[in-house]
Amino acid sequence: MSAPDNDVLLDVQHLKVHFQLPRKNIFAKASKVHAVDDVSFQVRRGTTLGIVGESGSGKTTTALAVMRLTPVTDGSMHLGDTDLVALEGEALRKTRSRMQIIFQDPYSSLNPRVRAGAIVREPMDLMNIGAPGDREGLVGELFKKVGLRPEQQALFPHQFSGGQRQRIGVARALATQPELVVCDEPVSALDVAIQAQILNLLRSLQAEFGLTYLFISHDLGVVQYMCDEIAVMYLGQIVEQADRISLFTEPLHPYTWALLSAVPSADPAVRDRADRVRLVGDPPSPIDPPPGCRFAGRCPFAEARCVAETPSLRTIRSGHAVACHLVSDDGVPPQRRR
Amino acid sequence: MSDAKNTTPSNGSPGDVDEIFVEHPFRQFVVMYMRNYAAVAGLFVFVLIVGAALFAPLILDLDPFEMVDAPLLRPGEGGHLLGTDNLGRDLFVAIIYGARVTMAVGGAAAGITLVIGLTIGAMAGYYRGWVDEVLMRITEFFQVLPPLLLAMVLVALFSPTLETVAIAIGVVSWTGVARLARAEFLRLREQEFVKAARSIGARDRRIIWLVIMPNALPPLIVNAALTVGIAILFEAALSFLGLSDPNVMSWGKLIGDNRDYLLDAPWTITFPGVAIFLTVLSMSLIGDGLTDAFNPKLRER
Amino acid sequence: MAETLLKVEDLAVEFDTRDGVAKVIDNLNIKLDAGETLGIVGESGCGKSMTALSIMGLVPIPPGRIAGGRILLDGEDLLEASEARMRQVRGNEISMIFQEPMTSLNPVYSIGNQIAETARLHEGLSRADAHQRALEMLVAVGIPAAEQRINEFPHQMSGGMRQRVMIAMALACQPRVLIADEPTTALDVTVQAQIFDLLNDLKDRTGTAIIMITHDMGAIAEMAQRVVVMYAGRIVEQADVDQILTDPRHPYTQGLIRCVPHLTQNPTVERPPLLEIPGVVPPLTHLGTGCPFAPRCQYADAQCRAEMPPSKPIDDDHAVACWLTERETAA
Ligand SMILES: Nc1ncnc2c1ncn2[C@@H]1O[C@H](COP(=O)(O)OP(=O)(O)OP(=O)(O)O)[C@@H](O)[C@H]1O
Ligand SMILES: Nc1ncnc2c1ncn2[C@@H]1O[C@H](COP(=O)(O)OP(=O)(O)O)[C@@H](O)[C@H]1O
Ligand code: SF4
Ligand code: SF4
Ligand SMILES: [Mg+2]
Ligand SMILES: [Mg+2]
Repeated sequence: MSAPDNDVLLDVQHLKVHFQLPRKNIFAKASKVHAVDDVSFQVRRGTTLGIVGESGSGKTTTALAVMRLTPVTDGSMHLGDTDLVALEGEALRKTRSRMQIIFQDPYSSLNPRVRAGAIVREPMDLMNIGAPGDREGLVGELFKKVGLRPEQQALFPHQFSGGQRQRIGVARALATQPELVVCDEPVSALDVAIQAQILNLLRSLQAEFGLTYLFISHDLGVVQYMCDEIAVMYLGQIVEQADRISLFTEPLHPYTWALLSAVPSADPAVRDRADRVRLVGDPPSPIDPPPGCRFAGRCPFAEARCVAETPSLRTIRSGHAVACHLVSDDGVPPQRRR
Repeated sequence: MSDAKNTTPSNGSPGDVDEIFVEHPFRQFVVMYMRNYAAVAGLFVFVLIVGAALFAPLILDLDPFEMVDAPLLRPGEGGHLLGTDNLGRDLFVAIIYGARVTMAVGGAAAGITLVIGLTIGAMAGYYRGWVDEVLMRITEFFQVLPPLLLAMVLVALFSPTLETVAIAIGVVSWTGVARLARAEFLRLREQEFVKAARSIGARDRRIIWLVIMPNALPPLIVNAALTVGIAILFEAALSFLGLSDPNVMSWGKLIGDNRDYLLDAPWTITFPGVAIFLTVLSMSLIGDGLTDAFNPKLRER
Repeated sequence: MAETLLKVEDLAVEFDTRDGVAKVIDNLNIKLDAGETLGIVGESGCGKSMTALSIMGLVPIPPGRIAGGRILLDGEDLLEASEARMRQVRGNEISMIFQEPMTSLNPVYSIGNQIAETARLHEGLSRADAHQRALEMLVAVGIPAAEQRINEFPHQMSGGMRQRVMIAMALACQPRVLIADEPTTALDVTVQAQIFDLLNDLKDRTGTAIIMITHDMGAIAEMAQRVVVMYAGRIVEQADVDQILTDPRHPYTQGLIRCVPHLTQNPTVERPPLLEIPGVVPPLTHLGTGCPFAPRCQYADAQCRAEMPPSKPIDDDHAVACWLTERETAA
């Protein structure tokens, strides 16, 4: 955030995505899912911003909003100098080549009736990437880049393993030579041993092409490994955002702290840590959330103020922001004060 | 970022690529279909009927309307395999020629059903919102009308030609296909590969017809097979009621013409009835087989 | 320390597939002591669930087939037991909870009903007693406001709640063995932590032995005392949890631990590439005679590709099936 502005590739300010639910009956109050509720972040060129959070916290919706694949309720989004929210029709379609997405489920993200080669070639045809005659060669090269054999282009998706399908997904995303790649849980559906293959691939491609990633995951270990900056989401809002080192060494928000404690660890030092905490209850519903801190219902430190006032995201120190009333201005979180 | 120097490259991992099991989807489709013996039998019967219908004029140099012998001969009597009807027409010849009409009307009606149903269902499911509301209200309107009555009115209003009959049947039976297509579109449009298509800049038309439609077709094709069966029954009902083209021979017409002789000469009704039954049954068995063959779960294992 | 409760000896399970016979489980030996938690880890398709289903007597036959071995519960061979006896064993003595809490409950019955039914079936309790038992179980698994929720239906509950209900059902008849097949894979970490605490707590209170199936080494570390590592239907390493984590001997175990980016408290700026286990689990129909891990193993040599390494003890309670360790210990 201290970086100069021309370094920022993606700038999202006060993004809101609300979904209207159908009324149960004509007298019932219409309710809204506050899937993403006032979220702001920036991603610098060539870096990776991670978004972590539990299921239903709004990670995927944020990703889809950035990709303009879900309607944006409010807020602004800029990709470089391009206003993403204002784009419509043909202009939006053209801009899509600058940002691409890799989906979580390697099974449902590839059209089962299209051959692997055609899946990777399609974006080039639609976006006019390269001369038509060169495209076959480009597809072959992409196949090699992502660790597939060019002759596998003739196969259908169901003839590949999960990890290989994800490689096809990566190749498709790279086909338009995008600046921004949104990765929505790209390894969650894969076996542990295959995850490492894809994570290494994503990192080497980033180094090679200078890609910028918006990387979404619920796995804190993966996020810690992949991301330069991390935003923690809870119920549609960012509760803490920091660079990779400070977030994990000094988590400020009680939710971040609880999340880190909950990860089962193979490391005895972490397991037997004295300040591990267990949250009670489930994440509450994002339908018509109450005012105040959304974490208050599960927070061990909640007090009257927390329920009454919504804490805003404040910057405590350079590059480390948190939304909690009880984190002091000099950065002492409530869990340290017990 | 430069620390990702790739000391253990992901590229070309050994073993990763060699165990894929390569089989062309069409071959798998055929294999799965062939495993359903009932469906194979259904296909066999269907091919037999279609074959008879197609080649009838080549093999039998006879007019189905011609009075060839005394009326109401029993099967086998006077060299007539299935006997003769009330007007002394050869039943076997009439049934073979009737297959032509029945098949043509059934197929055309099913085609019309599919085109109307698919278009309306696809639009409703893909665009949702008010488009969906309007189209679904229209669908419901057609659904609550008694189909046979509506078809009768349509045929009565226009001339009772085969075209009218096919169109009338199509118009009364597309609602099921529309609902099914809508459900498939609603489900498929949320799949990630559809989002992926949008994110690489595909336009709506491409997404509807080239991305979603091929994936939505399997259950619809199964449904179309059943629709052919239903259309055949419809055609029979209309001819029976004397509402079809009087100048062409069809199974329903045979039954209708001979209904007064049911007790004296039951074969005149039974044989066309069996023909209708076998055809409809074969379509239903084929539908079953297609379901198996299209089922990706059975295929992927 | 404790007596052996469950013993699986030389178990082999085969499946007839389109591509031939798949040896889904081969030469499997495990034992479970009363009051302990045994972890089973491995990638998907390594036979973890099939091991659990074999113990429950729920292998689908056909296409499956038990090709050999014994499963001894207190000396009684469950593979020889009648179907009537197995129905008694299931739920009463061995229970199982499944990965998918969304689909493993019947949507048309209230949760109280489902738990009570289990208790009535196995213990012949009266309706009122069974209802009381259901209520106690819901309280025991930490469902808040259990009196009200007992009448709710599965779709009214969150995933975590449903998994608690599954646990309540599984424990309704105080089984001696509880098999948990990836019980938290579908859940959030904070909820997973609650379920782990619950299972540990119940184990301490009731002495139920647990078989915990997972692919997460962290979960193993938190839950298990002993670990079995499976690969392609075979056990490749078996030891006590600390030994597995600090001194894994089989190249597959080492890979499983190292390929995961573990969460640490003190991340460094340097991030070396993750160690990869290249390739994928081979199809079980085409295994050949050698070590099944050989195509993915960086140490594989001619012997590995030709001969199956036997499982050899290298320490008390630590056994490895690998030619490499075999040679090292011999040397
Ligand atoms: N009905 C079946 N027919 C054929 N093979 C089967 C069948 N059920 C399981 N298998 C095979 O048995 C092997 C072990 O399956 P199992 O479900 O136990 O694996 P797992 O390690 O628990 O995997 P996952 O983590 O995916 O659940 C796999 O190779 C699987 O393909
Ligand atoms: N089209 C939709 N209509 C209603 N609610 C939705 C829709 N899409 C997402 N949601 C809700 O928004 C919330 C955030 O969803 P999502 O971003 O998918 O969460 P996750 O963090 O698991 O990726 C969830 O409660 C989800 O149910
Ligand atoms: S604002 Fe209050 S309730 Fe929210 S996290 Fe901070 S202490 Fe907890
Ligand atoms: S036996 Fe050989 S191939 Fe198998 S794990 Fe050991 S070293 Fe690797
Ligand atoms: Mg998601
Ligand atoms: Mg399993």
